[in-house]
Amino acid sequence: MGERIFDVFALRAGRLVRGTVSQIAAINKKYMTPHVTTTPAVRVALLLLRLYLLALVGILIYKFITLVR
Amino acid sequence: MNFWARSFYNWRRMSKALKLYGIIAGPGIIVMVADNDAGGITTYAATGAKFGYSLLWFLILLGPIAYFIQEMTVRLGAVTKRGHAESIFHAFGPFWGWFSLIDLILVDWLTLVTEFIGMTAAMSIFHVPPLVTVLFVILIMGMMVLRGNYWTWEKIALFFCAVNLVYIPCAFIVRPSISSILWSGVIPHIPAGGFTNAFFFFLMANIGTTIAPWMIFFQQSAVVDKGIQEKDLLWGKIDTILGSAFTVIVAAFCIVVTGTLLRGVDIRDAAEAAIQLMSINKYLGTLLAIGLFDAGLLGAICISLASSWAFGEVFGWAHSLNSRIREAQWFYAFYFFALLSAGAVVLIPGAPLVLITLFVQVIAVTLLPASLVFLILMLNNEESMGKYKNNLFQNVASTSIAVVIIALSTMYAISALFPGILR
Repeated sequence: MGERIFDVFALRAGRLVRGTVSQIAAINKKYMTPHVTTTPAVRVALLLLRLYLLALVGILIYKFITLVR
Repeated sequence: MNFWARSFYNWRRMSKALKLYGIIAGPGIIVMVADNDAGGITTYAATGAKFGYSLLWFLILLGPIAYFIQEMTVRLGAVTKRGHAESIFHAFGPFWGWFSLIDLILVDWLTLVTEFIGMTAAMSIFHVPPLVTVLFVILIMGMMVLRGNYWTWEKIALFFCAVNLVYIPCAFIVRPSISSILWSGVIPHIPAGGFTNAFFFFLMANIGTTIAPWMIFFQQSAVVDKGIQEKDLLWGKIDTILGSAFTVIVAAFCIVVTGTLLRGVDIRDAAEAAIQLMSINKYLGTLLAIGLFDAGLLGAICISLASSWAFGEVFGWAHSLNSRIREAQWFYAFYFFALLSAGAVVLIPGAPLVLITLFVQVIAVTLLPASLVFLILMLNNEESMGKYKNNLFQNVASTSIAVVIIALSTMYAISALFPGILR
């Protein structure tokens, strides 16, 4: 009985994960092409944003390491 | 046309305009008043206790800044008919889309936990156990959405916005000196002691509570769910102006209360301020505690919806408050999951609530700059915005605001991570 419940649960969980993965793939495909007009200003803004976020992640990692130590 | 005919015509025109505003009003007022959430009230209470009225001018300045940012979301939502999360996916592709969505869900959930912290702290003043508070809040928020009607939800939310004005009678009870408020509060100046680290920290904290990433996502989704069109933009803008005025008024009155009675007292949170005020005047402490609970509730109402809307938009689920539960199962499932899980965290004995509050400030900083940059770029995209795109003045103003906010909020996050740097 317990095994059967586990099987049903595993089957449903597997279906949910597969469904979510295929949904994410569909979303990625749907929005693959960005629709914003890529002017130099847009390119520079996105580049600066990437650099900013990388710096922020660096600070967070540094804080984490110093906390662990 | 004689005088009476002209007066009647003007009255009819005015009443029609007011009726139209009554229909369109909502998202702007709700998002702005909900911005004064539990964290916001704590910041204002602490600001008043630390600096008295000295930072009132700064809050007045923050009103137009919040309006500038939120007005752009109204235009973007009304013109593109997309929520903010979907707009980012559409404009910038999956990488930035997933980044924003996942970051938003994380920030919103953590902020939701802080709202529950505020609400349970407020109700504990009345000896209500946290479990009862959490269940009561979930029940209210469940009842608000179960009717499957945006209008009902909005009117209840507006009622809670009205309760947020409780700080106004509080300020009258404490009888502050009007001339002191005008001289030391309204005229911009640096408080006695100069440009100290504490002063800078409080400036940043006030910015952080006035402009939050979830507000951008919430208002745009609410505009879309309500069905506001391009022709309604003027009313949407008026709604946002009124909302920003309300947010400043509530914040200012809260500062006046603690600035008058608790000047020089170190306040860690608004619940502590309410307890201290209770010993001075029990009605005042009670009203402050009610205000704190209401602020947390309003924040929770908006934040949980901002996440559900964003997920629904991207995953293509039915995601309208006009849908019943069986029509939008995932949308409501996500809404209740966020609520229940955030409420449960507060009930865990020894949960690291202080750490969570700190973490919110840091994680929000990863989302806020991205949201502001995306917002400005999308508002400049002629292809989707047409004649509603930003003009030169709007671009100069919004870019300057974004640069200052990003710089200050980054410093705020760094000071939260490394407390020794600024304090």
